[in-house]
Amino acid sequence: MSTYSTNEFKNGLKIMLDSDPCSIIENEFVKPGKGQAFNRVRIRNLKTGRVVERTFKSGDTVEGADVVDVEMQYLYSDGEFWYFMSPETYEQLGADKTAVGDSAKWLKEQALCLVTLWNGVPLSVDPPVHVILKVADTDPGVRGDTSGGGGKPATLETGAVVRVPLFINVGDSLKVNTQTGEYIARAKE
Amino acid sequence: MARGYLEVETPVLGRSGVADAQLAQFALSDPVYGSLYLQTSPEYAMKRLLASGSGSIFQITKAFRQGEVGRFHNPEFTLVEWYGVGYDHLHLIDEACALIARLAPSLMPEARLVSFRQAFRDRLGVDPIDDPTGLLRECAHACLPSTRELVLDDRDALLDLLMSQAVAPHFPTDAMTVITDYPASQAALARINSQGLADRFEIYCGALELANGFHEEANRDEYAARFAAEARKRHARGLPAIAQDERLLAALAQGDFPECAGCALGFDRVLMRALGAAHINDVLAFPIEQT
Repeated sequence: MSTYSTNEFKNGLKIMLDSDPCSIIENEFVKPGKGQAFNRVRIRNLKTGRVVERTFKSGDTVEGADVVDVEMQYLYSDGEFWYFMSPETYEQLGADKTAVGDSAKWLKEQALCLVTLWNGVPLSVDPPVHVILKVADTDPGVRGDTSGGGGKPATLETGAVVRVPLFINVGDSLKVNTQTGEYIARAKE
Repeated sequence: MARGYLEVETPVLGRSGVADAQLAQFALSDPVYGSLYLQTSPEYAMKRLLASGSGSIFQITKAFRQGEVGRFHNPEFTLVEWYGVGYDHLHLIDEACALIARLAPSLMPEARLVSFRQAFRDRLGVDPIDDPTGLLRECAHACLPSTRELVLDDRDALLDLLMSQAVAPHFPTDAMTVITDYPASQAALARINSQGLADRFEIYCGALELANGFHEEANRDEYAARFAAEARKRHARGLPAIAQDERLLAALAQGDFPECAGCALGFDRVLMRALGAAHINDVLAFPIEQT
């Protein structure tokens, strides 16, 4: 396995810390002019999502983590696993509840997701930033109200609940931002 | 400077390297001279001028340090360095603070002088000179949770860590804090005073070091001893050996090195303060990533 010196630290670098795969999110070089240099690093644990701060002596080395992001198509879920397929190799992988986490509520068949693999096993799943999903349930629409003020909750076909304007009806297709969980617009289909 | 300083220019490329184990120098290979080094500061060359009777001198020059990249570091940077003959470090503190205050008028002009020991006592309740290393280590692990996994067996590294991450971050950001009376192990090339402490100072603005200065040691043998100590540290850490600067030692050996104090000021950082820049890249036309 590769090792990295603190000199190679940069945002997004994947390293092993306390036996877990982690990603560097901030790296600050601290050095007194006449003294020892340190790297103060903010690191996200890719398994738990927790962010910790660690200080390294500059020049120290850490083990790299075999973590890659691959684009995969979501196929289906059997309730225990969510299955994804590589559009290039047609290889299929199952991601468990821990890996899929909150992303599950945005997953619609065929959506191209970013699956993060650690030693070949799914670690996390990111849905597309923008998805188009049908409204499965919401209070009846109020005709003529296009202001967007106020709003009401709507349950989408994948289970996510978003706040939508009052004129939205069951069966409408909506464009939604999965990172903020916010309604963007009605989508023409 | 209208203070009787002569402007000088010394080479940024030279045949001798710097002894300091904490500095990594860019070494170049030349078909005629073999190893040539980009200077980490003009200190050695300027001291040779002082030894040959230059009187007070200053220069604004480029300096180069390997592996130093970050919010406050660029591998190539600008130093203002000056040596005042007949002065001690206290006089140079006044000059340096006046210069910084003029370049960065938003700073309060009055600097606060605090000894290294007092700064640690005020903030951490430990004595950096007399307390045992184990106690300082406990203090570091307790007040800096991010260092709990870090092996801290070197006392000076521990002091550097505490100063840069636990003490200095609490210095006021709108005024200068001058730290004086360094532990002898951190003297670099400063004189050791009658209390056994180094007549060295650093000027901080918040946690940011703007300048470093010494009441200059003048004795050739003392230089040779400190170079040898740095060489031992280099060897212990597996760093490349650097031949000591024999020309500097020869210049000192003549015994004409004057009583003087010197100061090096990080010009880019002062510019950052003056302009309110958050990153050194904001005050460089072409930071290293853009070259």
